[in-house]
Amino acid sequence: MTSPLLLRATNLACERDERLLFSGLSLELRAGEAWRVGGANGAGKTTLLRTLAGLNDLYEGAVERLGRLCWVGHRAGLKVLLSARENLAWFADLNGLQGVDPDAALARVGLRGFEDQPCLELSAGQQRRAALARLLVDPAPLWVLDEPFSALDVQGVELLVELCTRKLEEGGALIFSTHQEPAGLPLHGLVTLQGGQSRCEPRHAS
Amino acid sequence: MQADGMVRPSLTRALGAQLRRDLLLVFRHPQDVVNPLAFLVMVTTLFPLAVTPEPSRLAEIAPGVIWVGALLATLLSLDNLFRGDADDGSLELLLLAPHALYFLVLGRALAHWLTVALPLAVCAPLLGYLLSLAPAAMGALFLALLIGTPILSLVGAIGAALLAGVQRGGVLLFLLVLPLFVPVLVFGAGAVSAAQQGLDYSGQLAILGALLALAVTLSPFATGAALRITLS
Repeated sequence: MTSPLLLRATNLACERDERLLFSGLSLELRAGEAWRVGGANGAGKTTLLRTLAGLNDLYEGAVERLGRLCWVGHRAGLKVLLSARENLAWFADLNGLQGVDPDAALARVGLRGFEDQPCLELSAGQQRRAALARLLVDPAPLWVLDEPFSALDVQGVELLVELCTRKLEEGGALIFSTHQEPAGLPLHGLVTLQGGQSRCEPRHAS
Repeated sequence: MQADGMVRPSLTRALGAQLRRDLLLVFRHPQDVVNPLAFLVMVTTLFPLAVTPEPSRLAEIAPGVIWVGALLATLLSLDNLFRGDADDGSLELLLLAPHALYFLVLGRALAHWLTVALPLAVCAPLLGYLLSLAPAAMGALFLALLIGTPILSLVGAIGAALLAGVQRGGVLLFLLVLPLFVPVLVFGAGAVSAAQQGLDYSGQLAILGALLALAVTLSPFATGAALRITLS
């Protein structure tokens, strides 16, 4: 009994500034799975995630996306002159999301009372939370998250782990990059990038 | 709380949201509109002081002065067209949106034209009056700018997209797009000069119109491709 496939990468290779970041990388992401991408600074974690999300065209191999995805990158994707609510409403309109309640999503990520503040006046952690609110309004089955835990406080990390766990239970999947393994999140695979070598290990969650 | 799983991408809704966002940003940061306009006003008011206050000679150079001023003012504002979006990551969201990049880019150029170039075209007859431009040429000046400036926005967007990831790409942008602006300048200023001499200027306007049609159909493709290269 296998769950539906959401993302398949075959034989990926990418080079930046004549430095090989990864090659021969293949992975399959199925519903209900969480994969972590690890590696030192500059090892190519971001490039790999951008390639999987479809934001990088300079690669070899094939990426197959079987469904929509929601991307939260290193850059928050927020217009700092607009409020968190306005940013979220723009995102919903852009993607044609129906029945979105921006205030409820912002309250869920702990930004109640900050909905109307220009994002400029929010702290780095709050901006990250505002970006993560996109995950709540977008029903895309696949989440691709680049360093989602950076700048978050302890409660923020707990919240994100909780959201991810919920997503997995609902039949979603996610792939994200971090340096430290987040506690409490069941992982089904690990991609390690190191000096042009890549290792993909499926792992059976306990 | 959780979205109910409904996704119905609608291009009109997306474009409306884009336009609303861009206008809201300009409203919160009006310098983006005021600066090009102030630049044009400064350039044109300095000419009578520097060249001559004599109306007949001023009228002779007026079409060229206003057109050069409007072109440079537009060019100055283009540098930031995609840089802000690239820096804060909203460009990534735009690229991942379920719509053809062609239309989203067209919408961005439209917003730029509405907020930057249209005010220039509207104010230009006033500046023409300042330079003793013949009243008969006012209409031609406004029309030529109305048709010509969207070409500047659309073509300039290609260069702005290519350089969105480059810090301090300003001078490079000038070099990239200025040659492409030259036909617009020649026919735009030519139309106004012709009108001032009482000649028929519909030919120049027709050529500008043709250039605009070409720019609308082709430049968003180039801009979209340039954006993908920039983000890769």
